[in-house]
Amino acid sequence: MSYIEMRNVCFSYEDDTCENKAVLDNVSLNIEKGEFVAVLGRNGSGKSTLAKLLNMILTPCSGEIIIDGVNICEDMSDEAMLAVRKKIGMVFQNPDNQIFATIVEEDVAFGPENLGVESSEIRRRVDEALATVDMTEYARHAPHKLSGGQKQRVAIAGVLAMDGECIVFDESTSMLDPRGRAEICEVMRKLNKEKGKTVIHITHNMNEAEMADRIIVIDDVGIRLDGSPKEVFSDVQTLKELGLEAPQATELCDMLARSGFDIGRGIIGEENCASAIERAVKLRRA
Amino acid sequence: MLRDVTLGQYIPGNTLLHKTDPRMKLIISILFIVAVFLAKNIWAMLALTVLSFILVFAAGLKAKMIVKTLKPIIFVVIFTSVISIFWRTGENLIFEFWKIRIYLEGIIYAILIALRIIVLVMGTSVLLSYTTSPIALTDGLEQLLSPLKKIKVPVHDFSMIMTIALRFIPTLIEETDRIMSAQRSRGADFSSGSLIKRAKALVPIFIPLFASLIRRADELAIAMECRCYVGDNGRTSMNKLKYSPRDFAVLIAFVGLCAGVVLISRFIPGPTF
Repeated sequence: MSYIEMRNVCFSYEDDTCENKAVLDNVSLNIEKGEFVAVLGRNGSGKSTLAKLLNMILTPCSGEIIIDGVNICEDMSDEAMLAVRKKIGMVFQNPDNQIFATIVEEDVAFGPENLGVESSEIRRRVDEALATVDMTEYARHAPHKLSGGQKQRVAIAGVLAMDGECIVFDESTSMLDPRGRAEICEVMRKLNKEKGKTVIHITHNMNEAEMADRIIVIDDVGIRLDGSPKEVFSDVQTLKELGLEAPQATELCDMLARSGFDIGRGIIGEENCASAIERAVKLRRA
Repeated sequence: MLRDVTLGQYIPGNTLLHKTDPRMKLIISILFIVAVFLAKNIWAMLALTVLSFILVFAAGLKAKMIVKTLKPIIFVVIFTSVISIFWRTGENLIFEFWKIRIYLEGIIYAILIALRIIVLVMGTSVLLSYTTSPIALTDGLEQLLSPLKKIKVPVHDFSMIMTIALRFIPTLIEETDRIMSAQRSRGADFSSGSLIKRAKALVPIFIPLFASLIRRADELAIAMECRCYVGDNGRTSMNKLKYSPRDFAVLIAFVGLCAGVVLISRFIPGPTF
């Protein structure tokens, strides 16, 4: 059984029966433990809604969501909710609106404090979480003096301190400068590869999606593409229809392939692109 | 223009006063305030003035901090003293002009009132705002008032509100700055015209500011819920406050000093209120 399973989930902000204006219509998907998944989609395609369904901020009007073997749509009690939120942490878009404390480490401690963890254990977790996101030296700083990327790392540490299994990044990089983005992507990679966390990265940035193991593309009608970055990006046509653009290197290769070069589809990254072109040119010369 | 507003007035340091438990400092402040109001004559008031100067130096604050502390209250001090000069009648008339009569008692009364306000402000700012970080203060207040939870006073909620307010003050200042710049770049004028005109010019600042405030509040609430916040139920705390023997020593010293002040005011004769 998968770690996260969504079966025929429908959701609408307008009414409880989803008869009209459904944001998500009959969406089904599985995410395995330890996977690094990027969810892509245009603005308004329902990708943030999808994220909020996972930890019971929103509840679907029909369908089932099963997390770690528990159907979270059945039991709406506080205890069940806390259990789910402990497992699935969320990092949001605006770094300013998720930090509530006046000192960094106080904010990181907030999650475990809410869960009733013992003081010494909270201390240990806070130190570990701050070390993981490389913010130990800022532990006693005031959050409003940090850069966007640093604030976002504090928010990640806050989620890590709850010791969950899965972290959902809901467009967490979209308000950051390029440097902040790079920092957060590095942290995501580290969490997934070194700490074994399941990472779900919701974004509309193609270059960031590249680094995931798997990409899911959604739009109004539901899931349109689902596969490895190579598979998804080889379908440049569908991406275009959905209002998304493949990464530049991938698109270049796609254009070359369509004009008759023997170059292969779904090439990711500048280096691969360069060597693929080199190969194609050599082939043609021969 | 709005940049230099600091978060609280906490001045980090490592003195005895900084290290004292915030709850103890709250108790001491209350004691201090009571002592100030029990000090009825000039000698007791002078003793308290000396005490508050000692506090300033014990907290490792520079002399210019005293000036900085007293600056905002100068008007209040002068206003109340001037009023009290005319208020008080007595036996030793020293000045008379038309219907205005000033007595020696009035002048003494004015000095006492001025000292009382100065001592009150200086003592409490040193004890609370200068040597206690806002978060320690909120924590201390919450734990000190926690017995009130039994009679359903939402102590935790109040302290959470305070923490969030403190956290968002700088953010809101930044945001106000940004909105003002945006409006100014489109020709808004905030600094000229009549008072009413200027007040009207602020409306286009407040509307976007409030809209963004509400959005922030909503997002923050969701983010807090995502981190399992359900209010006060079963919460623990990373930095549990613990009284140390040092705290009790400070308390005893303070009780002694305050008792001394009260005794002076009782038994040493001098000009009184």
